Amino acid sequence: MITKRIIPCLDVRDGRVVKGVNFEGIRDVASPVEMARFYNESGADELVFYDITASVEGRALFTDILKQVAGEIFIPLTVGGGINTLADFDRVLKCGADKVSVNSGAIRSPQLIREAAQRYGDQCVVLSMDVKRVNGQYRIFAKGGREDTGMDALEWAEFAVNSGAGELVVNSIDTDGVKAGFDLELLSAIASRVSVPIVASGGAGRAEHFLQLFQQCPKVDAGLAASIFHFRQVDIGELKRYLKDNGVEMRL
Amino acid sequence: MIAIIDYGVGNLFSLSSSLSYLGMENIITGREADIIAADRIILPGVGAFGDAADKLNQTGLVKVIKQQVSGGKPMLGICLGMQLLFDRSYEYGDHRGLGLIHGEIHGLSDDLTTGLKVPQIGWNSLKFKRNHPILKYVKDGDYVYYVHSYYAKHCEESLVAVSQYEVEVPGIVASGSVVGTQFHPEKSGAVGLAMLKAFGEM
Repeated sequence: MITKRIIPCLDVRDGRVVKGVNFEGIRDVASPVEMARFYNESGADELVFYDITASVEGRALFTDILKQVAGEIFIPLTVGGGINTLADFDRVLKCGADKVSVNSGAIRSPQLIREAAQRYGDQCVVLSMDVKRVNGQYRIFAKGGREDTGMDALEWAEFAVNSGAGELVVNSIDTDGVKAGFDLELLSAIASRVSVPIVASGGAGRAEHFLQLFQQCPKVDAGLAASIFHFRQVDIGELKRYLKDNGVEMRL
Repeated sequence: MIAIIDYGVGNLFSLSSSLSYLGMENIITGREADIIAADRIILPGVGAFGDAADKLNQTGLVKVIKQQVSGGKPMLGICLGMQLLFDRSYEYGDHRGLGLIHGEIHGLSDDLTTGLKVPQIGWNSLKFKRNHPILKYVKDGDYVYYVHSYYAKHCEESLVAVSQYEVEVPGIVASGSVVGTQFHPEKSGAVGLAMLKAFGEM
């Protein structure tokens, strides 16, 4: 049977992993390549790299790193951050990305989803969405969660999938950083509206939260987290064994 | 030398990198002379069958590929490249494939009834159906990475390994010197690399 996926997410700025401190077992705690190696060996099912660089030099550095990672790690790589045009898709795909994640770029130009899906296939286009509750409604936030767009998250998810997004990364701003568990309510609401794979993000603090996620939201396909993996609060290999022991299909 | 056939479909960076990583010389090429000179051929591919078949036909390489394969040169088809090995596909119409392996390509969604998602995206385990040199360094139950919406049917005699996705999805098929994998070995971690290594020794 198909497995659920565990995905560490690396935010990269100026060629270094942000929050990459306190990381035992590797020499350079902030080297994206070393961290990618480490996660690959721990059994990560996929890697997500977000480019949070603002400068042109930083961007070039990012694609160099991507090439290096793709040259030695042979699991699926998703790349996001600063994807605004088809040229951006092209740039990261040529450096070894398998999937490209769009967020603010798609909010600004929603047709980007369809154009990219037509050129590269649905499986290549991931819509990443930052969601927060406002007056009882799930709203889409832009600019790294700072700006309320007024858009309804469920409608946006449906629009994106109909336009060709092959996967959704749903990040809950309400649970992000709280480490009290994923936003099961939001994830269930979105999973009932669309039929593409859903990656849950925001809120994982312990292994139990992943079990809760897969047991209570069976339509969610993957759990994504950053700092709990970077800080070794949760070890990916141990997490996957724990989930498998509790009946969740896992690649060990 | 392995010739990775470039016919304008998909991203060949990871495939080429994975072979280089294994120390296997490779060239991404659309030239007949390279295909003849190579000791192995890989037919990659992502996208829609009809479009890919047209592009492959437009390269004028089909004849030389068939000649090389019938002469016993090992060839590996990956993902859509595997589907192209078959007789025909019903993806948006009715298209002819290379006919190197008997069988047909049909939509997964037509045969799924329990709400599983299409495309199948993710890691699934392999169940071996028979022995084959491509399995030399892997074991029954190993996981591989799939991304696909269509799958091969009516190919019982060429089945090497399958994955369960409500229906039995042919993961590896083979006939003579031709092998096809529905999953991406270049994205399947150590298991995928082990299969590419085995292909290099076939």
